[in-house]
Amino acid sequence: MNPALWAAKTGLDAQQTRMTVTSNNLANVNTTGYKKGRAVFEDLLYQNVRQVGAPTSSDTVAPVGLSLGTGVRVVATEKSYTQGNMTQTGNSLDVAINGRGFFQVLLPDGTMGYTRDGSFKTSPTGELVTSSGYAVQPGITLPTSTQSVSVGSDGTVSVTLAGQSQPSQIGQLQLFDFINPAGLQARGENMLTETAASGTAQGGTPGQSGLGSVEQGSLESSNVNVVEELVNMIETQRAYEMNSKAISTTDQMLQYITNQL
Amino acid sequence: MDRFLYVSMSGAKETLRAQTANNHNLANASTTGFRADLSAFQTRNVQGSGFASRAYATNSTTGWDASQGALVSTGGDLDVGVHGAGWLAVQGPDGKEAYTRSGDLRVDANGLLITGTGLQVLGDAGPLSVPPHSSIQIAGDGTVSIVPLGQGPETAAAVGRIKLVNPDPSGMERGSDGLFRNKDGSDAPADANVKLASGVLEASNVNVADAMVNMIELARHFDLQVKAMHTAEENGAASAQLLKSG
Repeated sequence: MNPALWAAKTGLDAQQTRMTVTSNNLANVNTTGYKKGRAVFEDLLYQNVRQVGAPTSSDTVAPVGLSLGTGVRVVATEKSYTQGNMTQTGNSLDVAINGRGFFQVLLPDGTMGYTRDGSFKTSPTGELVTSSGYAVQPGITLPTSTQSVSVGSDGTVSVTLAGQSQPSQIGQLQLFDFINPAGLQARGENMLTETAASGTAQGGTPGQSGLGSVEQGSLESSNVNVVEELVNMIETQRAYEMNSKAISTTDQMLQYITNQL
Repeated sequence: MDRFLYVSMSGAKETLRAQTANNHNLANASTTGFRADLSAFQTRNVQGSGFASRAYATNSTTGWDASQGALVSTGGDLDVGVHGAGWLAVQGPDGKEAYTRSGDLRVDANGLLITGTGLQVLGDAGPLSVPPHSSIQIAGDGTVSIVPLGQGPETAAAVGRIKLVNPDPSGMERGSDGLFRNKDGSDAPADANVKLASGVLEASNVNVADAMVNMIELARHFDLQVKAMHTAEENGAASAQLLKSG
């Protein structure tokens, strides 16, 4: 079929994908630790119909040629790791990261997942787990007679046990960082996994070597900017409509030719 | 064969090509740093016997719209937009220097600065690499400075400078991969007058209202050509009728 139709069709596809990204951002406006995504567009290959500079006679060349673009594609959906707002919850097991880094958790398939959602719970055995029940790594287990838990800004977890007046340290939360966090693969459940593009996880103590510090009693809210997403949505919708208009116009042109001749 | 039909056919064919170029622009109405394709029709006279009424139209790509696209604020540390004329130098898929205006940069796993489409950004001496850092800034002249990982803000240091160029547009062409290059294959020298804005991305400079009007105009123009082809057909039928009755 005519390339004019296909160029406009790629525009529809790309705008549709962008709309998916935008609606996913909007849907996750209240998701703890969610990082907004962005669709990255790229123009598709150009078809060289008539070569510029081709000889038009023995000593002249064509000053202009004809190269037709073939449309657009979404080359990536990229996450933006800017800091989300801190929300005070007062819950002693809610831990937010202020700065760079991720918590590491053990996924059911034995691999490591990374998350910025620090709304931890305890498992039946007292282990510190995420809302999905995945254990934080390195593991921290709260003793059964725990009265209160406190988490220091460097990730030190101490508990006060029943009948004791002095708190005792039971472990330390570690943070993990990547050279290219945008290369992490999102796999749902607020979880990201390492890829060849992200580089390997570098563990460390919160607050040191460039890692963020942790804050007890707070959660990091989503970094989605609602106004920005709504403007994106308007822009996407209009671009979609124009591409759809381009398809119907090209269609009418072809229809006219079949009707007339 | 009647030449009238062929002249109209070439008009319709080339108009459809122009519509392709226009649709391509519309499809890229939200591609970061995209430059709208400009195309124009040219007349090609056919020399030969008989009355010189044959002029075919050809559609040509005459270049690109060099006007500034809107700078959209994103707040990203690694988002840059070229303010005014100029280009960012990147390493094309063929290993040679190429130019682009899309400034959605990031740092890959090996610490190299790359564009959103994965091309390495060139500094004054080859691909720019960025050591592990806790914060990164790109200045108006392309200087990339970082605060190394685990150190205080007082240690902020420049790690390189993005190569910004501003070659003569008439000597440049757009490759089939959408990147711009010098026609003669040479690398453009760095230009200190090119200005970058950070925290913003340059939107596509396609003027959608223009493209829509252009689309309508091309569609009507196409209809006219087809109508002429139809008339040629009628003329043929009429003369055939004449022969039959004669």
